[in-house]
Amino acid sequence: MPVPADEDVKAMIEKNNIKAWLYLLPALIFMIVFMVYPLLDVFVYSFEEGYNFVSQRSGGTGLYNFSYVLHDTYFLQAVRNTFLMVIITVPLSTGFALLISLALSSVTKVRELFQTIYFLPYVTNTLAVGLVFMVLFKKTAYSDGLVNLLITMFGGKSVDFIDGPYWAKMFVMCFYIIWVVLPFKVLLLTSALASVNKTYYNAARVDGTGSMRVFFRITLPMISPTIFYLVITGFIGAFKEYSDAVALFGTDLNAAGMNTIVGYVYDMLYGDSGGYPSFASAAAIILFAIVLTITSINLLVSKKHVFYS
Amino acid sequence: MKVVLEGLTKQFPPRGGKGEGVTAVKNFSFEIPDGKLVALLGPSGCGKSTMLNMICGLEKPTSGKIFFGEDDVTNVSPELRGVGMVFQNYALYPHMSVYNNIIFPLGNLKGAEKMTKEAMKERAERVAKLVQIDRLMDRKPGELSGGQQQRVAIARALVKTPRLLLMDEPLSNLDARLRLQTREEIRRIQKETGVTTVFVTHDQEEAMSISDTIVVMKDGELHQSGKPQEVYDDPVNLFVAKFLGTPAINVFDGRAEKGRLMIGDDAVLDIPGVKDGPVKAGIRPEGFIYDPQGPFKCELDRVEVMGRDISIVSVNPACEAPVVRSIIDSDERPEEGIKTVRFRLRPGKVHVFDAETGERIRPDKQ
Repeated sequence: MPVPADEDVKAMIEKNNIKAWLYLLPALIFMIVFMVYPLLDVFVYSFEEGYNFVSQRSGGTGLYNFSYVLHDTYFLQAVRNTFLMVIITVPLSTGFALLISLALSSVTKVRELFQTIYFLPYVTNTLAVGLVFMVLFKKTAYSDGLVNLLITMFGGKSVDFIDGPYWAKMFVMCFYIIWVVLPFKVLLLTSALASVNKTYYNAARVDGTGSMRVFFRITLPMISPTIFYLVITGFIGAFKEYSDAVALFGTDLNAAGMNTIVGYVYDMLYGDSGGYPSFASAAAIILFAIVLTITSINLLVSKKHVFYS
Repeated sequence: MKVVLEGLTKQFPPRGGKGEGVTAVKNFSFEIPDGKLVALLGPSGCGKSTMLNMICGLEKPTSGKIFFGEDDVTNVSPELRGVGMVFQNYALYPHMSVYNNIIFPLGNLKGAEKMTKEAMKERAERVAKLVQIDRLMDRKPGELSGGQQQRVAIARALVKTPRLLLMDEPLSNLDARLRLQTREEIRRIQKETGVTTVFVTHDQEEAMSISDTIVVMKDGELHQSGKPQEVYDDPVNLFVAKFLGTPAINVFDGRAEKGRLMIGDDAVLDIPGVKDGPVKAGIRPEGFIYDPQGPFKCELDRVEVMGRDISIVSVNPACEAPVVRSIIDSDERPEEGIKTVRFRLRPGKVHVFDAETGERIRPDKQ
């Protein structure tokens, strides 16, 4: 067979390249139109001062939007709320999920029943769960809510969890978030635990390894990729918290003092104080920067502690 | 330390709580002599791994007793038995370096036995040298070849200087070449440490080649035990005869007639004292002597040359297998073009078994 000349090879590769791009085109178009372009657009909006949807004009470019947002007390409140929710719910939900999965994997008899029970919140509508929380926590003219009933039964003073002090609202909020995200984490962790080869445990047993040492030196490293995945998605999910706050405190989150960053972006676009796409974009970019930073830190930390086989 | 197994039985409960359970090991008694290498040999599913798990304590016997030396350890949990175990898939912790894998059992020691870092290091280095992996200490198991992983597993099992070393199919995950090398290695390590060792295998060649004693099992029962050569030369039943030896023993449907073994119409061997009637005759491949005047006729199929020996592959209607395999000296190869080969038989290589039960029938000494 004659050796093809360099020119021919080049032409062939080029032809194949064109084909490859052609195959990719449909997906690329969708990606560009619905993801890349809006992203860039938000970035551009965030630097255009006083952009108006109707006239499609802006009053110039600069950093004023960021400055406004960063000085807005509502925004600062939203940032504080969001950070609190993240810091409280991510470790707690992951920890609880781990405990529950460990318990589930050590029982054999009623395991499937419990697995179903723990998974129920995942398939239940968020707003329906919100309603249940209302029954539990909300004070109405007729009832103080189930939780307050219990508190007063044990001699405590009833607290208004929905319209009361900040810590009470934050408690309910975090409780709610953990409750909602738990099933998914339990599901993933139980399957991760089940996939750890039993012979590792047998080997450890023959060597007389204590159960704590087995957990920290064998189980935990083996399921670390799943935990890491849950922590990263947990962080991102918690930073994007919005609908759960609405389910509990209604749409006027600023008034309730329970607004989140995404809630703030929404309010700036469509809320009562809406019509400020530039401010909304700037807030969105700030959120993006925060999530990016946290995720990068997570990735750096994971390099040392997460083991991929 | 010798290990005594006394009437061990292991029954597994039936799946889903219905029907009959499985009896993996039945009334198994055996004494593993001190400082020897013993192979538990049998086809898959014969209960040999269950045996091993009972010896190390991962499974509790349904009945029967296990003694380590003079101590009854039947109800002692595995960590207190002082055994080292090498698992079939090695069970090396993939996220730890070779060094950390080896010292892992030492980290479990508590109280007065607790070791300093330096002592652990010294101990680890000593066993690593013994199994020749001292230059791989910083690697992760995933970066090692199968043979090297095997050595790490042995090092980890030996680091606590166990009273007993157990190995579950130690060579099954290695390729043919490494298998040869590693089995020598296991023998050497066992000799050097002098630790009583039990290993499980389904490969008779592996078991025969390195062990001091082999224990042949089938369906949870001990069939025969002894020195490999003795078991090979003197099988107690058809199963043991068939299970040992490559190429396998040739089994024929024959008859005992007036003290002679008949295969087809040929009276092939004198077997004085055997009652007339149908028998099974097992003839080892090396039991055939090529002899144009011999009494045993077969149709020649082909001749395979293997260098020192040749293998005559022939056909006999009485044989259980489609072909009869005989190994003879290469000087005695049959002339070209003949259709029928004739053999004489070596009496010591022919075993007669009961046609029904497969139990050995021993002819009277001549």
